[in-house]
Amino acid sequence: MNDKQNYSMSLAKPEANQLSAKQKAAVFIGVLGLFIFALAIFNVDFPNKTMFLTLSVALISAGVILFANSLYLSKLEGIKNDGVWFKSIASRGVLAWTIGLFLTGFYIVLYFFPRYLGLGSKGAENNGLIALFDPLSFLLSGRPASQWFVYGTLYTLAILIFGYKFILKYRHNRYQQLRTFSVMFFQLGFAFLIPEFMARLNESPDYNLPYYDIKSMWPLNYYLFDGWSINGFLSSGTLGFTLLIFGILSIFVISPFLTYKYGKRWYCSWVCGCGALAETAGDSFRQLSSKKLSAWKLERWLVHTVLVFSVIMTAAVVYTYLGSDPNKFWLTRNSFLLGVGVFLTLIFTLVFVFKRQELGKDAKYGAIGFFVIIAALFAMHYTGTSDKLFLVKSSSLRSAYGLYIGSIFSGVVGTGFYPILGNRVWCRFGCPMAAVLGFQQRLFSKFRITTNGGQCISCGNCSTYCEMGIDVRAYAQKGENIVRSSCVGCGICAAVCPRGVLKLENDSMEGRINPNEILLGNDVDLMDLVNKK
Amino acid sequence: MEEHIVIIGNGISGVTAARHIRKLSDKKITIISAETDYFFSRTALMYVYMGHMTFEHTQPYENWFWKKNKINLKKGYVKHVETNKKTLVFENGETLVYDKLIIATGSKPNKFGWPGQDLEGVMGLYSKQDLESLEQHAPNHEVCKRAVIVGGGLIGIELAEMLNSRNIPVTFLVRETSFWNGILPEGESEMINSHIKNHHIDLRLNTNLKEIISDENGKVKSVIIEETGEEIPCQVVGLTAGVSPNIDFIKNSNIETNKGIKVNRFLETNIPDIFAIGDCAEQHEAIDQRPPIEAVWYTGRMMGETLAQTICGNKTAYKPGHWFNSAKFLDIEYQTYGWVHGLKGKPDYEKHFHWKHEDDTKCITIAFNKNTNVFLGINTFGIRMRHDTFDKWLTEKRDVDYVINHLTEANFDPEFYRHYETEILAAYKNQFQTV
Repeated sequence: MNDKQNYSMSLAKPEANQLSAKQKAAVFIGVLGLFIFALAIFNVDFPNKTMFLTLSVALISAGVILFANSLYLSKLEGIKNDGVWFKSIASRGVLAWTIGLFLTGFYIVLYFFPRYLGLGSKGAENNGLIALFDPLSFLLSGRPASQWFVYGTLYTLAILIFGYKFILKYRHNRYQQLRTFSVMFFQLGFAFLIPEFMARLNESPDYNLPYYDIKSMWPLNYYLFDGWSINGFLSSGTLGFTLLIFGILSIFVISPFLTYKYGKRWYCSWVCGCGALAETAGDSFRQLSSKKLSAWKLERWLVHTVLVFSVIMTAAVVYTYLGSDPNKFWLTRNSFLLGVGVFLTLIFTLVFVFKRQELGKDAKYGAIGFFVIIAALFAMHYTGTSDKLFLVKSSSLRSAYGLYIGSIFSGVVGTGFYPILGNRVWCRFGCPMAAVLGFQQRLFSKFRITTNGGQCISCGNCSTYCEMGIDVRAYAQKGENIVRSSCVGCGICAAVCPRGVLKLENDSMEGRINPNEILLGNDVDLMDLVNKK
Repeated sequence: MEEHIVIIGNGISGVTAARHIRKLSDKKITIISAETDYFFSRTALMYVYMGHMTFEHTQPYENWFWKKNKINLKKGYVKHVETNKKTLVFENGETLVYDKLIIATGSKPNKFGWPGQDLEGVMGLYSKQDLESLEQHAPNHEVCKRAVIVGGGLIGIELAEMLNSRNIPVTFLVRETSFWNGILPEGESEMINSHIKNHHIDLRLNTNLKEIISDENGKVKSVIIEETGEEIPCQVVGLTAGVSPNIDFIKNSNIETNKGIKVNRFLETNIPDIFAIGDCAEQHEAIDQRPPIEAVWYTGRMMGETLAQTICGNKTAYKPGHWFNSAKFLDIEYQTYGWVHGLKGKPDYEKHFHWKHEDDTKCITIAFNKNTNVFLGINTFGIRMRHDTFDKWLTEKRDVDYVINHLTEANFDPEFYRHYETEILAAYKNQFQTV
């Protein structure tokens, strides 16, 4: 335990948190599996890669499963947060910093120096860690592994085994179990297996599908509208065309509809891969998110700036793409720009006419964002040449976005800093998709977290365990429902509440936002007098 | 100059009053506390010891909140109130003049004159200082090999849960024949008994403390049981046999007190411009079935909400609505709406319908008037219910049939949870076939 953060206020270490013999054995087994990876990184050439890969995956899984069994199955069902703030790993202790540094380092190597993982350059054979994964990659897609395949496999593995742990932890709570099962399913099927099988299709000359995780929507999937991606879809027959249409429908039709009905949780904590990792492997870090008002302010600026950036970048990429061959598409550059402008203006006007009250002070910032985009569209129109926009190449804009947002923000910071900043840093501060869905959730959704009358005792469990850093208690203790754009609907606040105060539900829009001065249980005349003023 | 409102006590009552006065006026507000610099949620202290939260998490407002809202915070212990000079005298000799005084000093743990009750290692669980003392005496199961808890109420079971979370063996002495059965009907109380035992807590019913034995350094060494004379070695004794108003500092003033500070329905004491709210206030006459002293989080908050109106010129009586409360017994949540009586004070006309799930962790008891069938109240364990809905049904004086048939509307469990309304309805029809 880190002495500087002696949260227990105790001089002696609380004993409950020492590992039992079984747990130590489980840790040893898991580390043994990781050790095989370490050997691979240092280029130990395993004679039978299939066997050693299987062995290491099995050992890692067995370690986590045995650990979780020993941690939860020996106890009665219920909330399992004992000693969270005494554990080095969960309270920014030495272990947390070590893991944080290791993960950050891993992401840097993964994104920028894949050769250290053993990626064969220019068609050369893989070696090291990536070579260890070749057999599995050949099995699935018939290709050698890449650093992305290794990453995808480990990512999926982490979601599956820590998902198992999470399900045991919440074995009294079916909401938690179902949504965890759901993210495990979508990760394994949609993010991992289907794209590999799509690569199989590409063996035929009729198909040239880009890597595509169907559930990952633009703008989270920021490369959906890249030239190579669109070309790939368009040169893959009906299937390719269907997938492209599906990608466009997902963001403009399917997702608004589902978000209206269920809130953004249908995506963020039931489907999304980033959410899946955060909710499973990242669950031990949810209490680390900052609940300060200042963090909320930063969040709103940052996440919406990323959204504006991603809209401009995508518009620029599509603009350039359309220009590459003016006679190829029915859509011309100028009609595209006009279309985007009209669409955004329509949304902006409708929101301002019908939802002005709910936006309050944020209306001003919304307006700034809108006008930045419109100005950018104009700039594109007037400065755009065949390959330049705003006098820079749109491809540079695209690579800047990919580097700073796609790699550094979502990967290196977003996941690498789990043990320091909490498990939803990316989702909260950076994800443009979360910003879009959050906007819908705040203004056009039936979803809310209902506060149960006057039952709140202000204990703060809800706020502490909110991974999105929402000060849930601030609403609950006022008897007010929680309607926040950032809420991903994980339901942990409702689970940890010791008084049954919170319930995630979909109900009518009427009376969804209900600030109260005097809470239920007090004099009815006084409530009438004060609350209806 | 704006009127100076001074509040003694920074708990939920005093802080709620201060917040509402600030919303309604520009009066000068000072909150005094000897316990902590900032308001924290007392009900959450247990979670700090259990490692669910840090102490900072128990503070509902960030530290800048008070200055921004011009609420002065003063740390100090008021030793005496000079009512004729409208002056507070602090322990260190300082003084503070008020125009209006709100006393919201809360409670202190009961001690019943047990031999050894002031030894080192004997503590209640009420204040932040109690928590610090517990950390010192029971940091782990090597320093504290066993703890004994005396008094089977809500704080007792919380203390048991806390110690249990650090693998410290607990012996839990309960005077009654079954846990909290003065308040809880028999079936519920029995269910909690077995839940306590399932957590490997050594629950001793019908058991009283005789004395606490000291070692040579004035520390707890063991306790002696009244009934059997058994000696139980232990390092910590938790006294959780209820609380009483924390008002020793005004005993020598001319403010009228009994167990608590006597107040009328407007929360006024006998001295003009002095008010009392929360745990330390005692109503001259009890309000319907409520006790004259209500030591509950919610009532403290409601008194604060009410008094702020009076202080700001809209004289308002404390007239709480339907009774409600909640607690958590280890893993089992408890909510109550309206009145369901245990052994203590159950009126003749009150009849109960009781349903328990076979897994012994969920049950409900519905009380109704056996003459008129009017619904009186519900206790629920392991099933969350909607406050709104029951408040409405109580106001509408629905009959018990209506409530049983519409229980689904009141369910507040998370989505996808199993529902038990059908089973409950079947059990009800089975028990009351004539109805």
